[in-house]
Amino acid sequence: MKDQHLVTMRVNGREHELVIESRKTLADVLRQDLGLTGTHLGCEHGICGACTVLMDGEPIRACLVFGVQADGRELRTVESLADGDELNDLQQAFSKHHGLQCGFCTPGFLMLGEAYLSTNPEPDRDEVREVVSANLCRCTGYQGIVDAVCEVAEKRKVSRG
Amino acid sequence: MTTAATWVGNRLPRREDPRMLRGTGRFTDDISSGHALHAAFVRSPMASGRIVGVDVSAALDMSGVVAVLTSADLDDAGLRAVLERPEFIATTMPLLAHDRVRYAGEPVVVVIAESRYLAEDAAEAVEVDVEEMPAVTSLSELGGELPVVHEEAPDGVLVDLQMFQDDMLESALEEAPLLLERTFQSGRVHAAPMESRACLAEWVDRDEQLVLTLSTQVPHQVRTGVAQALDLPERAVRVISPDVGGGFGLKCVVGREEVVVAAAAKRLRQPVRWSEDRQENLTASFHGREQEYRVRAGFDEAGRIIGLDADIRCNIGAYSAFPFSCGVEPLMAATELPGVYKVPRYAARARGFATNKPPTAPYRGVSRPQIVMVMEGLMEEAAARLGLDRVEIRRRNTIATEDFPYLGANGITYEPGSYIEALEMCVEETRKHGWWESRAEEGKIRGIGLANFSERTAYGTATMGMRKMAMTPGFEVAHVKMDASGDVVVTSGTCGHGQGHETTFAQLVADRLGIHPGRIKLRQGDTDLTSFGWGTFGSRSLVIGGGSAAVAARRLADKIRTIAAEMLEADAADIELIEGHAQVSGAPDARVSIDDVAANVHFRAHTLTSNEEQLLEARGTADPSGMFSNACHAALVEIDPGTGGVEVCDYIVVEDCGVVVNPMIVDGQVRGGVAQGIASALFEELVYSPDGQPMAGTFMDYLVPTASEIPQIAVHHLETPCDLTETGSKGMGEGGTIGAPATILSALNDALRDHRAGLRHVPVAPAELKRLVGVPTATQEDA
Amino acid sequence: MKPASFEYHRAHDVAEVVELLVELGDDAKIIAGGQSLAPMMNFRLARPSALVDVNPVSGLDYIRREGDLLRIGAMTRHRDVEISRDPEVHDGFAVLPRAARWIGHYPIRCRGTVGGSMAHSDPTAEWCLLALLHDASVVVQGPRGQRTVPVAEWFTGFLTTSGEYDEMVVETQFARPRAYGALTEYARRRGDFAISAVGVAFDKVDNRLTDVSVVLGGVAGVPVRATEAEAMLEGSPATPETWVAASRNAAASVNPPSDLNGDGDYRRQLVETLMQRAFVEALAEGARR
Repeated sequence: MKDQHLVTMRVNGREHELVIESRKTLADVLRQDLGLTGTHLGCEHGICGACTVLMDGEPIRACLVFGVQADGRELRTVESLADGDELNDLQQAFSKHHGLQCGFCTPGFLMLGEAYLSTNPEPDRDEVREVVSANLCRCTGYQGIVDAVCEVAEKRKVSRG
Repeated sequence: MTTAATWVGNRLPRREDPRMLRGTGRFTDDISSGHALHAAFVRSPMASGRIVGVDVSAALDMSGVVAVLTSADLDDAGLRAVLERPEFIATTMPLLAHDRVRYAGEPVVVVIAESRYLAEDAAEAVEVDVEEMPAVTSLSELGGELPVVHEEAPDGVLVDLQMFQDDMLESALEEAPLLLERTFQSGRVHAAPMESRACLAEWVDRDEQLVLTLSTQVPHQVRTGVAQALDLPERAVRVISPDVGGGFGLKCVVGREEVVVAAAAKRLRQPVRWSEDRQENLTASFHGREQEYRVRAGFDEAGRIIGLDADIRCNIGAYSAFPFSCGVEPLMAATELPGVYKVPRYAARARGFATNKPPTAPYRGVSRPQIVMVMEGLMEEAAARLGLDRVEIRRRNTIATEDFPYLGANGITYEPGSYIEALEMCVEETRKHGWWESRAEEGKIRGIGLANFSERTAYGTATMGMRKMAMTPGFEVAHVKMDASGDVVVTSGTCGHGQGHETTFAQLVADRLGIHPGRIKLRQGDTDLTSFGWGTFGSRSLVIGGGSAAVAARRLADKIRTIAAEMLEADAADIELIEGHAQVSGAPDARVSIDDVAANVHFRAHTLTSNEEQLLEARGTADPSGMFSNACHAALVEIDPGTGGVEVCDYIVVEDCGVVVNPMIVDGQVRGGVAQGIASALFEELVYSPDGQPMAGTFMDYLVPTASEIPQIAVHHLETPCDLTETGSKGMGEGGTIGAPATILSALNDALRDHRAGLRHVPVAPAELKRLVGVPTATQEDA
Repeated sequence: MKPASFEYHRAHDVAEVVELLVELGDDAKIIAGGQSLAPMMNFRLARPSALVDVNPVSGLDYIRREGDLLRIGAMTRHRDVEISRDPEVHDGFAVLPRAARWIGHYPIRCRGTVGGSMAHSDPTAEWCLLALLHDASVVVQGPRGQRTVPVAEWFTGFLTTSGEYDEMVVETQFARPRAYGALTEYARRRGDFAISAVGVAFDKVDNRLTDVSVVLGGVAGVPVRATEAEAMLEGSPATPETWVAASRNAAASVNPPSDLNGDGDYRRQLVETLMQRAFVEALAEGARR
């Protein structure tokens, strides 16, 4: 018998009530039940980070959390970043610094970057490289990604004053 | 003439970026399709064996299972790649294995169920009884009595090419003042795109058509493969390649699983999808680069190479991948080994051996990473033996500017490049960056690596035809169509997947039409939408696909000028297309907007007499013979004597791909390519046990490097415009990957100069370097 | 790569966890951060019949100092230790937050828990090495009440512990504070499990090493103490000669397995290197305070 559960989760500001089988990963719930297909699956064993989303503000691998575990939690996915047509500062910086090519890993890197930036870091290239090393990209060689995160860290620091 | 080339050369932001950044790109698995069923494959647990029984009854009884299919259910259909050469033995890759299994991971049964979860449950319940047979896995086993992979080729050789016979070569080598006999090897690696393979198939009754959406670089070639395997006319198969999460050659061949899913959808009359998981991707898709080169190279006292003989062996795995065949690595290697060097006498034998490992596909660079490693390794060893500077020996052997066009002993004519200039500039950059002082620092094991090379890109049919593929790729056809609002749609048979074609093609077309690239939309990756084409691989798309789009745009511009001339009562030859307007040269007030031209053609045709074709459309084709890009790479590395770990401290590339359409994109392609090259030099290897079990089936064991392992990569450009192409550009998608392994190996050998390491293989692992550098040492502080 | 089916249960306090474990039997498993268990389930290498999710259990995320004990609640995330900076708490245990930075990657550290790591007991896991280094005890709670297991008795083999199926790790108690400590590791790629790792902790009196512990990871199925090397170091001058000799002894004392990353000899050489570096780092960091 399927082990099903009624869960409630707030995703990108919207409340959802879902019946999900316990073994379904959060990544599959987001993609299949909520249609939020920006969260990608690249390895399903927690190495590549393409499925990185924020749960209660913390970055997590959505392939390593079961959907039922997100009951009562607040989630943010890549779809939450832009304001209408306007890309946010990190998205714009990725484009400016060519931090994406095929774009498959990009949502994971953006959410990883957002999580890191939310800790108000002092911009430090070595630290950014280390943070960015949490996820895999096969196209860019990472330079543009690191450049983008560094630039936004600097800008947000200035705007914090 | 048209307008000045204003958009080409700009760092125009990519048209593709916003959707990818929003998460609204559409990759195959992102596309919903009502109640699509899910496929899971039951795979052979053994590398070699005879299937003695398959029991699917338990799986069929499980909840949510719709079908369980074996080879018999698919009429034992297969894919057959053919080279029309006597030295080639064609073999069939069955869609599902039926009598024999030839590698661990080979698909035997497909389960179709309501979800991937249920499909995997049922796949576990299928019983496949395999009687194990001896396996052959490694090139080192060759020579003795070997297990037979294919009855058609009892000695395991599927392709055996003897090329460029030279009766004088042997005596030249024997008399050479310096004869180097060396063996170079490269490990089996994986393209590892971040998106694994994926497909979604549906039979659409209304169109009497099978619609196969899949992550591919080559939609038209997939259409042919599927049509042949399922005995359908090509019209009855529509292949759509949506956003593709990286390919690198893994997706320029047709996967058997993709055809199985198509067959299942047709049979069940229900949509079926399959998303390859990472374990399947690493252990059961396509691999590349497992090669060995036994070379003999003769040099004179001045370090000039006088002859080269190569025995090249490629471990091509269990099957020939469709449509390129297992000839792709041996042919490339034998044909292009001499590279940028003037090798007066040359001969090569290149063989592809079948083994009990997954088949190989043309991974980014195809044999060029190896041949550059071989040639650069030979140059450096000869320099060391002759007491020459390693840059100087390259200078003496490199095809110089005054040598172009240069006809090589390999029958290839090299059109102008900047081989010497790139070398000199790159070496100069290493000096400017202070590398040589850093290298000399006491107590550090540091080395500087160099690799100078060229690569033939954008092969057209004339060059591809020499391979004698039953399906010979090469040309492209593009359509450019202006709508009534003045916007333009370009269609191309190439199929970009990260290379930014929507941006660069628009730049090329914009310059010819005098409109903003933002008004030009490239549509690609759909066999019903585009007329025909070969897809994106082999550094061909911007040159051939973009070139054909540029030709089409040029023709469309002529039509626009003709109409505008009539509207302006001027001579078409005097009309310029600039910034959205058609204007009379020298009389900028006499002008009409291109939007008005477009509106007139569509809505007021009765007012025009010159509008013979009624619509603003044009077609362009391109089929160049192929042209050589070149580059010189340099790396500074440091070996940690305590761990054997390698840090790539800094990296420089000087590259020449002719006219650079978008420098940001070119730099990105180079950097990403270098990262992949570093990966295969230092990190990645698909290790197999002697009995053919994969030992690196996850991203925990297959070490795709992270941001911490990949250095900053400085990219410098030289531009030798190519007069063989419409745009002056040469291909450049693979160069980064081609140069990096040789560069890293050269740097390691330089770092180990006191140890006489003579490394001639990749990847080089820390354990090996640790053995070479000897005693453990702590950090500087306690020394 | 989808997990086999299982029953999901959520527990809100330790008593409920234990009740559920008793009821569900030994095929059930606790899931905390899930950073090791979930991948194993996705590969179907682990297929528990039921999961007891302990994330809703409150009161187990803390880092507390009591005398010579540093008590870390089982649900404390690696990241919480990494960014904790209270000198009162960390006095004598400064290696802990520094070493936490070696654990996987930032998102892994945000989710994975100290208790989960102790329960999973990977022989190169940082917490397991640190626990051995600091003579920790693992506090478990089961139907028979609470018991405190000295770490030496905790690890029983590769990925196995002396914890029972109906017990939950609730706390790890680190003991023996010392002024100097370091954990050094080597992996080919940032964030990967170490090929080998070495932890050292000691005090220094009159420039002589005292109260020395040395632990080695990645050399056997469980983390191991280099007892002979510890004896060599005890009372010896704090000089490179001392730890170079001791590191050779430590390396010679183990017989590590071979794998894709290298053979036993390579791991022994790594032990030698990493141990020397651990002493250098420990002294440098100790001096900084």
